Amino acid sequence: MIEVIDAERCTSCDICVNVCPTNVFDKTDGIPVIARQSDCQTCFLCELYCPEDALYVAPHADAPCPTDVVALRETAALGSYRRAVGWTDETRDLRGIDRSYLLFGH
Amino acid sequence: MTTNGRRAEQRPAPGGSVEFDADVLVIGGGPAGTWAAVSAAARGARVVLADKGFCGTSGATAAAGTGVWYVDPDPALREAAMANREKLGGHLQDRRWMARVLDQTYQDGNRLAAWGYPYPVDDSGKSQRNSLQGPEYMRLMRKRTKQAGVTILDHSPALELLVDDDGAVAGATGVRRQKHDRWTVRAKAVVIATGGCAFLSKTLGSNVLTGDGYLMAAEVGAEFSSMEFSNAYAISPAFGSVTKTLFYGWATFSYEDGSVVPGAASKGGRSAIARALLQGPVYARLDKADDNVQRDMRASQPNFFLPFDRTGIDPFSERFPVTLRLEGTVRGTGGLRIVDDSCATSVPGLYAAGDAATRELICGGFTGGGSHNAAWAMSSGTWAGWGAAVYAGQLGPARQRRLASAGTVAFRNRSSRAFEPAALAEAVQDEVYPYELNYFRHASRLDGALARLDAAWADASAADAADEDNLLRARESAAMLATSRWMYRSALARNESRGMHRRDDYPDQDDRQRHYVTSGGLDEVWTAVRPHADASYAEAAE
Repeated sequence: MIEVIDAERCTSCDICVNVCPTNVFDKTDGIPVIARQSDCQTCFLCELYCPEDALYVAPHADAPCPTDVVALRETAALGSYRRAVGWTDETRDLRGIDRSYLLFGH
Repeated sequence: MTTNGRRAEQRPAPGGSVEFDADVLVIGGGPAGTWAAVSAAARGARVVLADKGFCGTSGATAAAGTGVWYVDPDPALREAAMANREKLGGHLQDRRWMARVLDQTYQDGNRLAAWGYPYPVDDSGKSQRNSLQGPEYMRLMRKRTKQAGVTILDHSPALELLVDDDGAVAGATGVRRQKHDRWTVRAKAVVIATGGCAFLSKTLGSNVLTGDGYLMAAEVGAEFSSMEFSNAYAISPAFGSVTKTLFYGWATFSYEDGSVVPGAASKGGRSAIARALLQGPVYARLDKADDNVQRDMRASQPNFFLPFDRTGIDPFSERFPVTLRLEGTVRGTGGLRIVDDSCATSVPGLYAAGDAATRELICGGFTGGGSHNAAWAMSSGTWAGWGAAVYAGQLGPARQRRLASAGTVAFRNRSSRAFEPAALAEAVQDEVYPYELNYFRHASRLDGALARLDAAWADASAADAADEDNLLRARESAAMLATSRWMYRSALARNESRGMHRRDDYPDQDDRQRHYVTSGGLDEVWTAVRPHADASYAEAAE
């Protein structure tokens, strides 16, 4: 489930509030808040759409998994999904490398 | 670029609400809904698309990667593609529909290329079009939907349909969750593209899929078909949401003590996993994937690795616990019954597309993956949008129609007893998750579950109207409940095992039951049998 909005990276653009399919976030006067964490379906799409790599979705779907943002910044996790699917300028070549056609029919 | 200038018209409305006048209302903004909206707009219809979440991220496709039943128009390849899954589906497919879906999917898949979808190119230089990356695909579909002049209402779940004096569907109303108000769309035709029902199991991207469209359609008298084919379960890490069953084709499954689970496999051996899970934990390790396969998996499906990378597990060398999450009718094949080539339902003005509609025509009683469902979403979406636009055009000016709300459960004050959505959702899950009830079915166990579900329905439909804060959750839980009752009643009507429907008390396929099971009803759930097309033709020839 969604665990972290990194206040140092977040620019309050509210894209996450818009794109979350289960309406987990609420807008505020400042950065958004995780208002309904238990509604999170762990689809990672808020993370993917965040242009600042400020969000972190823990992979645990059924229970919260409190995550320390300071420790998280030491890892490569923030923004890792966005980079992997080619949704950053540096990694855009990855958009067209789907190799599923080699895996089907196994 | 706007492909036509005709937009739905916003009309004056009382405070706390917005109102639109449209030709076609599409409910649901996943693949089927967006294809329907684009198709209707291309035929000149003024279209509103209302999505429960955000059109572009909502639904089972956006979060995942999906195969697509895209086959080059070579007669031998097409024949093989049709023949390939007929046995698995229990010979309930319809060849004519398979052929037209293959044709339409080929066209739609090529349109995606023209719109800029970044299909991969293989070593021989050929563009490979039998797979789509969900986030990329649905971001593009949102863009195309907007460019077509469609008015998109995000975070706007529909709650009930509107009908005219003749019972024809004439729009819907719902809430705008982020604006805390109501919406009404008066439309000449409505396309239900709300997906299947996965019972809030957290299978990837599916928690918006609670059968809402089924409930609304049932309230205006629509029929369902093949609802017994509703017990698809997907493999995921026990703790996680990512269900990419294809990759488990390279897995070895083991018990706690490390010994291999006999017969367990992603394809053709999932029931062995379910039986083992009834005894205790089951583990997987993708140890059959060589370096090349590992590399291709990472490139093809980055999100598959998020649960592993973020917990420090190497899935190729280490064992991790797995579970089977219910995908219900999202990967089942049951849904709203389609009565003609335009994907009309049995109710005038109401169309169905994607997982909300039955996929029996191309899948029979089994889907093993997204491939056919993705093809069906494109094709049925395109046809339903076209059909709805044509119907709307024939209806002419309809502004003067007197409309009534069709919603029942959670809208009526009956008993001064509160509607409790969370408790109801859990009660339904308790009846549909257990493998011993739903995966492995038996009349005695289904009877017990149905008695409890019927009692829950009597209770819910006698409860008071849900308040504004609870209304969406109340309708969702009621939709799950209604879905479970069509599922199990249909399961009891098929006294054999066929496709994904397994009856412990009837373990074999019975040639005399090569027919479809229709179902419907809310207070009283009914089932009936319809012949397969082959049998109808045989009868007509006699």
